[in-house]
Amino acid sequence: MTWTQYLPPLLKGAQVTVMISLSSIVIGAMLAFAAGIARTSSNRILSGIAFVYIVLFRGTPLLVQLFWFYYALPLIGISFDPITTGIMTLSLLTGAFGAEVVRGALLSVPHTQLEAARALNFSKTYTLWHISMPQAVIEMMPAFGNLAIQNLKDTALVSLISIADLTFQAQSMRNITLDSATVYTLTLVGYFIIALCLMLVVRFIEMKLRRGPAFPRSAHS
Amino acid sequence: MMYGYAWDTTTPLTFAISILPILGIGLLVTLKAAAVGYAIALVLGLVLALLRRSRFKIISWTVAGFTEFVRDTPLLVQLFFLYYVLPDFGIVLPAFMTGALALGLQYSAYTSEVYRGGIDAIPRGQWEAATALNLTRLQTYRDIVVPQMVPRIVPSLGNYLVSMLKETPVLSVVTVLDMLGLANMIGERTFEYLVPLSMVGLIFLPMTIICSALIYAVERALPKSGIPLR
Amino acid sequence: MNPIIRFENVTKRFGALTVLDNFNFEVGRGEKVTLIGPSGSGKSTVLRILMTLEPFQEGHLELDGISYHEPNGHGPFKASEKHLHKIRCNVGMVFQSFNLFPHMTVLRNIVEAPVAVLKMKRDEAESRATELLRMVGLYDKKDHFPSQLSGGQQQRVAIARALAMRPRVLLFDEPTSALDPQLVGEVLGVIRDLAQEHDLTMLLVTHEMRFAREVSDRVCFFDKGRIVEQGDPELLFSNPQQPRTREFLSSILGEQAPARESLQRVP
Repeated sequence: MTWTQYLPPLLKGAQVTVMISLSSIVIGAMLAFAAGIARTSSNRILSGIAFVYIVLFRGTPLLVQLFWFYYALPLIGISFDPITTGIMTLSLLTGAFGAEVVRGALLSVPHTQLEAARALNFSKTYTLWHISMPQAVIEMMPAFGNLAIQNLKDTALVSLISIADLTFQAQSMRNITLDSATVYTLTLVGYFIIALCLMLVVRFIEMKLRRGPAFPRSAHS
Repeated sequence: MMYGYAWDTTTPLTFAISILPILGIGLLVTLKAAAVGYAIALVLGLVLALLRRSRFKIISWTVAGFTEFVRDTPLLVQLFFLYYVLPDFGIVLPAFMTGALALGLQYSAYTSEVYRGGIDAIPRGQWEAATALNLTRLQTYRDIVVPQMVPRIVPSLGNYLVSMLKETPVLSVVTVLDMLGLANMIGERTFEYLVPLSMVGLIFLPMTIICSALIYAVERALPKSGIPLR
Repeated sequence: MNPIIRFENVTKRFGALTVLDNFNFEVGRGEKVTLIGPSGSGKSTVLRILMTLEPFQEGHLELDGISYHEPNGHGPFKASEKHLHKIRCNVGMVFQSFNLFPHMTVLRNIVEAPVAVLKMKRDEAESRATELLRMVGLYDKKDHFPSQLSGGQQQRVAIARALAMRPRVLLFDEPTSALDPQLVGEVLGVIRDLAQEHDLTMLLVTHEMRFAREVSDRVCFFDKGRIVEQGDPELLFSNPQQPRTREFLSSILGEQAPARESLQRVP
């Protein structure tokens, strides 16, 4: 077998990897906004729930979370198929890290902006979505970019709960061919290419957000 | 029964207590792996950061490409690479060492960026002043660069220690019997995963929280008078 | 004529620090009042309390007949958000650092609040904003972003933005302190024009003494959370009664006089 013959199964795995990564980044981002906003809320209960969620998922290893959802949860009668489990766990983890990014960015909006909004009699909700958030989102982008790459790398762990992603395919190929060096080099290159694409997407979004004279680059360190 | 400790599955609580000593043995492996991996990351990262500053473009570019590559690819695949490929080249390491090496390699890519940021943050004028004072390269690094760099880089380096600690369970995949590896084994034998896996999570949680708190304390205790941190 | 603003024994503390101590103060409808005094004397706090940016602990404050504290009010403001909303309908504020919204164009900065808060129709709000922009001389900048304007231009937009809400009381918190000296004039010009409006009540905190003398009906000198001396600007500036006032005026006028001379030498 030559190395070109390894490509079709690896590409199939790469598709699964991209699918899992993208869906858990999107769901994770939504969770991040929900939990990040809840953390800055004056409602103690909401903020408390978000705090526990963030600490729990940031403070424990992803692999433990993954096995817990995959092996342990079914024992108390809750079970999902592997793909759902994988996406769910990765989303929850990305959401917990993202929540701190959202919270930090919201807190970095100058308080004078909030005073101006108050003086104009905007409601708290309106101020959050129309004054704070548009300014905060731009601050979040670099950190979200790093989280997206981290998420992509973390997807490799789902191969351990029998999802046929890129790493899983690599393992099967190696078991058949025993050509470890070629298989794993191709796999690493595959991840690297996906990561570069992911970075391009994040840069593109950031550029879109920053376009126009509202946020000149010089104001950003 | 494992390491001479028998488990008692009558209730979840007795089960949890009875496997605690076994998980304790795994915890030591986890901590040892993180310690060895972190030591490798600190040293290798420094080497990479210094090579990155090399005057020879080929070296600095190669190192830049290598760190970017390592940073953007999964630890698990790097681990498999080392575990299966090194023996092909006649390098046979115990699984634990391969695991620690993989951790160290992945995190050296991170730490090299931290070192680089720390060195870059030192104003050009400081280097020029050192040259003007006729300091040797060694003296410049020892007396001018490092003292200004350390307070800046300690927080980031510390955060990576916590991250690495949380990634050590991946080593269980290549037969290292760390906490997660043992918990899985107990699960396989008792068909009872809920308690062992929950225990591993519950042991990690205070560990990472305490580590983060310690790093914060060290960060605050560092002498940084006169050094602008940002 | 009954006053539009009435402070009765208002006490405001920041932790252990008492900023306003049994403070009494009244402002008549349409009156233009300037608050002067050393920094930390509590004059900005008066404005910030009126804008509901700061709560106060004791005493009574009302604006246009509405009391700031509700009888059964909770929280630091001792009032519900709904009640504070009602108070704020009558007040507008111009900040030292302009505080325009950086992600909105000049026009949207002005239109946003009338549409979102007063539920005004967008085209109606825009024609009103156009009018206001013409008044402050910045109609041609309506599609620019704040970052593209000078400080003086930003502050003029901020004044237009506050006016768009049709406040009865307009508060100016050191509106020219953050400006380069050559930009102060254009902002003072706009405020001077506004002072001609009969119905608008204005409270102005400033260090521009000559301007205060020119536009205000009354000047109040603050020191340590109290009004030490107040009255007609001509009288207060030419013949201050209290030693503290004299001291303050001579220090600040002594500072400003040479500064102005040097400015005049610049072509």
